[in-house]
Amino acid sequence: MEDLSTGSESDYSNSWISWFLSTKGNEYFAEVDEDYILDRFNLTGLNGEVVQEYSRALNLITDNLDEESLDEDVREAVETSARFLYGLIHARYIVTSRGLSKMLEKYRKADFGRCPRVYCYQQPLLPVGLSDIPYQKAVKLYCPRCEDIYSPKSNRHGSIDGAYFGTTFPHMLFMVYPQMIPGKGQPVGSSSVADVNRSLANQQKDNNGAGPSSLGSGGISTSSVAVKAERYEPRIFGFKVNEDAKLHRWRTAKRDAQIARLENLEKEQGQPNL
Amino acid sequence: MASSAPPVELDPDELEEEEAFDSSSQASSTATSTLTWINWYTSLPGHDYFCDVHEDFIEDDFNLTGLQAMVPFFKEALEMILDVEPEEDSSKIPDVSIVESSAELLYGLVHQRFILTKVGLSCMVEKYEAGHFGACPRVFCHATPVLPCGRADMPGIDTVKLYCPNCGDIYTPPSSKYASVDGAFFGTTFSPLFFQQYPELLSAPFFATSNTNPQASSSSRVSPSESPVGGVTLTNPNTFGGQKPALGKVYVPRIYGFKVSERARSGPRMKWLRERPERFDDLDKVDWKGRFISDTNISDEKDDLMLGGGGAGKTKGRLFDDEDDEVDEEESEEEEEGGAGAGQTIASQAA
Repeated sequence: MEDLSTGSESDYSNSWISWFLSTKGNEYFAEVDEDYILDRFNLTGLNGEVVQEYSRALNLITDNLDEESLDEDVREAVETSARFLYGLIHARYIVTSRGLSKMLEKYRKADFGRCPRVYCYQQPLLPVGLSDIPYQKAVKLYCPRCEDIYSPKSNRHGSIDGAYFGTTFPHMLFMVYPQMIPGKGQPVGSSSVADVNRSLANQQKDNNGAGPSSLGSGGISTSSVAVKAERYEPRIFGFKVNEDAKLHRWRTAKRDAQIARLENLEKEQGQPNL
Repeated sequence: MASSAPPVELDPDELEEEEAFDSSSQASSTATSTLTWINWYTSLPGHDYFCDVHEDFIEDDFNLTGLQAMVPFFKEALEMILDVEPEEDSSKIPDVSIVESSAELLYGLVHQRFILTKVGLSCMVEKYEAGHFGACPRVFCHATPVLPCGRADMPGIDTVKLYCPNCGDIYTPPSSKYASVDGAFFGTTFSPLFFQQYPELLSAPFFATSNTNPQASSSSRVSPSESPVGGVTLTNPNTFGGQKPALGKVYVPRIYGFKVSERARSGPRMKWLRERPERFDDLDKVDWKGRFISDTNISDEKDDLMLGGGGAGKTKGRLFDDEDDEVDEEESEEEEEGGAGAGQTIASQAA
């Protein structure tokens, strides 16, 4: 009976989640495992106070809701709540190890777009929120090459709540997969995809040995990577512009100060930073 | 299909746009009397960064110096741009499409020169203020309007990019329809020159964060009225530099609310790319090679400055020479070194 009702509701696919993911504009979302949603512990703090129609929304997400019995208005409210609830669960899920690996896969496919900055050479981006509280700020995109955040190109993505991804996610990803940290300059292997794949190969090696042994392949120090970063230098008939050049030099000094700081630290510790 | 739709003739890589604009191109062929080639060309999709180059600018041969060598079928292309009916038989031209692409190249190169003129700059500032070039994608630039710029002055090297006067960085245009616009049609000089002409649209190179220690800014050389904390009313003492208060916020990566330490391998490495000094004079604390003038020097200088500012007696004159007039200082050093005798006599006289 229940199977029939859900089947008739979603002609596109068999579960609410896969329908939701296939909807236009939801390309940024990863599929949250049903096991994860069904574990009540993971939903701590999410309840009727936070999400309206909480239990019905949860049932809808897990395909346990008999929608036929609801009238149009309620169904719509439940649908809205379900999206909201899914977003909040999603924010929690993507910082788990399974969630991270799913998002990594999407990052490799550049599902989140590429950095608009010219000197980032089409670096794939990652979604990030500016607040973990819903209804505050829309989702932004973090570029691991220039370490800055950008607004999504399309309005459809620009209106997604940033709390569905959270402030932590991209940084957690690079904590867990430091091999995925891109270089700062022009990618060596012309395409950034090759870059990603190469680091993934390294990561395979790394997964075998935890701790100190991972220093071997992926433990290259990142303290001086910033030297390779390219910048735009405005020129008028080939001549640098005074004030821009001054700021450029000041930033160079800041950069070199940081590199010196990090290299000193490395020397003190006698090993590359981890 | 390209040749069947005169007068539109786009590069092969513009095919999709051409298809999209097929109908209007036919319209333009019927209404050539009212619509000039320039008007038509700048109204094509993806060409909205171009401004209309004034015909008298193109008609002045001086402005076209050197272009004849760069553009094939120069004369025919020029006639097309200016909507002049070709005089001779057009039989020697193998294909009208070649002239079309020449005309586009010529227009682009003339455009590069035109937008550097006073009239051209004022045309572009109108477009800029109307937001025709879009906004900076960077979040903390808060949709600052951007300006088209090229990375090369020779055609065929790179496509057009967008320069943001707040972060000073360049970005790829958001739509692929601009991927066929050559950066040389705007040139490398245009955007910096534009902001030299209109410094009120350029962000100042310094930014006082709101949580600045008031103590720190009070020690600044800038008079107190000019340096309130917050940076909104700060004025740039360099009248040729950016006059707009900078949007200086820099993204700080956080994990569960905690800043990611720079000691971490994945820690921040690029903050400097977006940072600015809090005060204008901080820019001068860096030497020409991009190194901080050593800390001891800075602290000495600060002490001196405070003494000088306080107007403390006998050292005052000497200090003002130090700061305000480097040339004077150099000269006096030379005097001291070169004519030690003379210097000594002066000193002894003074004594």
